[in-house]
Amino acid sequence: MTMAEAVARFVPDGATVAMGAGLEALIPFAAGHELIRQRRRDLELVGPISDALFDQLIGAGCVRRVTAAWLGNVSEGLGHCYRRACEHGVPRSLEVHDHSNFSISLALWAAAWNVPSLPTRTLLGSDIVRTNLDLAEADGLVHVSAVRPDVAIVHAQRADEHGRAHLWGPLGITEEAGLAAERVIVTCEQLVDAGVTLSDPNRILFPETKVVAVVHEPGGAHPSPVQGFFKRDHAFYRDYAQRSRSVEGFEGWLREWVLATPDRTTYLERIDADALRVKQPRPSAPADFGVE
Amino acid sequence: MMVAVASREIRDGDLVFVGMRLPILAYAVARNSHAPTARGLFEVGLMRDQPASGFLGTMGDPPNVAGALWATRMSNAMALMARGDVDLGFIGGAEVDRFGNLNTSYVGDPARPQVKLPGSGGGADIAILSRRWVTLMSHERRRLVERVSYVTSPGHGDGTPGWRRGRGLLGGGPVAIITTLAVLRFPEDGGEAFLASVHPGHSVEEVREHTGWELRVAEGAGETPTPTEAELAAIRRFDPEGFWTRGQSA
Repeated sequence: MTMAEAVARFVPDGATVAMGAGLEALIPFAAGHELIRQRRRDLELVGPISDALFDQLIGAGCVRRVTAAWLGNVSEGLGHCYRRACEHGVPRSLEVHDHSNFSISLALWAAAWNVPSLPTRTLLGSDIVRTNLDLAEADGLVHVSAVRPDVAIVHAQRADEHGRAHLWGPLGITEEAGLAAERVIVTCEQLVDAGVTLSDPNRILFPETKVVAVVHEPGGAHPSPVQGFFKRDHAFYRDYAQRSRSVEGFEGWLREWVLATPDRTTYLERIDADALRVKQPRPSAPADFGVE
Repeated sequence: MMVAVASREIRDGDLVFVGMRLPILAYAVARNSHAPTARGLFEVGLMRDQPASGFLGTMGDPPNVAGALWATRMSNAMALMARGDVDLGFIGGAEVDRFGNLNTSYVGDPARPQVKLPGSGGGADIAILSRRWVTLMSHERRRLVERVSYVTSPGHGDGTPGWRRGRGLLGGGPVAIITTLAVLRFPEDGGEAFLASVHPGHSVEEVREHTGWELRVAEGAGETPTPTEAELAAIRRFDPEGFWTRGQSA
């Protein structure tokens, strides 16, 4: 399935979308940019940190509510579009449900396990409990209400056409985001035969029953890193931070990299992808699934 | 200077919740000097026993994953901390008060903020659950304030001794605020930060002038020891282009 088709079919206006669950790695920027091109509106974004992607979607006017632990540009600092939306309602006002990294994970596990909330010791004594009504303190614990995404979008190293995705490196909150969501869209660096994914079922992230679309989108996480495929493009984050300081600067950036760039293939022609590509393999030893 | 001082907070054998930016360097320095068996834990879902071989812009960068002791999900890293297994955490902040409470969320009314800061990330989790923690901050009056208007990450609360125990917070809270000018420390059982040492080239008067409350000075507060050759060499090795230490003296 193409990215345009996956986004058109499975991410309607008003959807609650979990993205960027890897914190800083494997952020599905290509999917986010397609959401912007298709002019999605009133989305609720769910994620821990989602390095700079949420800031772009907010600046493009796609977002009504953010449920997140941290929103900005990890190596550069503040998210300028996020600030403008919260402080001045530009381009529109934003509802913010603050979490910590631990509590957003628990909110998604609660949804995955289909319970109203999960108790924790984190956030005791924090004002986050006071300002986010999805959190409540009782009996010396904080109760974190379930957050239920309509769809989770996950970028993986490889997947087969049946939706079995192999993802490696640190996972952040990717598993609970997928299990909490009604459906999962997988975007991947490599589209592989089922023989590859089924050779290591432990590495399959979600059951195929959850995955509604697989999009073969190499480079779909740039500028975020993909273990074994792409390094992080620090300079690209710096450029975004500088240009997004003003509305005009952000709009210029958005035109250049999203609106006037029809797809990821065109996008990749405009960056020095080769310089970012990982060239020295470091494969793990295969696990033996022998039977007799 | 901040990196070298922060690295000295790490004891050999500690499990350190590292976080981002300068603490990544502090861990690298400690591991290469006085704390060879300290392990680093990263909320993205990583544990390491040696610094990454390449430059890191974030904790999720590929060099931090290669050679890791454990690559897992965030909730597993948090599980260690929730059980009290994390000895030391580092938290960055925009604003800290005399009782060590941190604000990284809102300046002004949260409903209509003057400034919306990025938020907690793992900060609140570290502040509540790690056994002890340290924050690093640029020493400015607007950052070291009498009381923060919003407590993202609780320190010693209202400053009453034993406040954390009373509120059910697991860990012991902040032990130090390391700034561009000085090191501030806290009494054992919580309370108010006091000046413990001043970095070379700065004075007690200067520190007090840039602090937003009437800062008490510890008896015998002296000069912060300058970075050693080994510390400086480690900083240059892990931040060769000065990405994180640019504009600061080590």
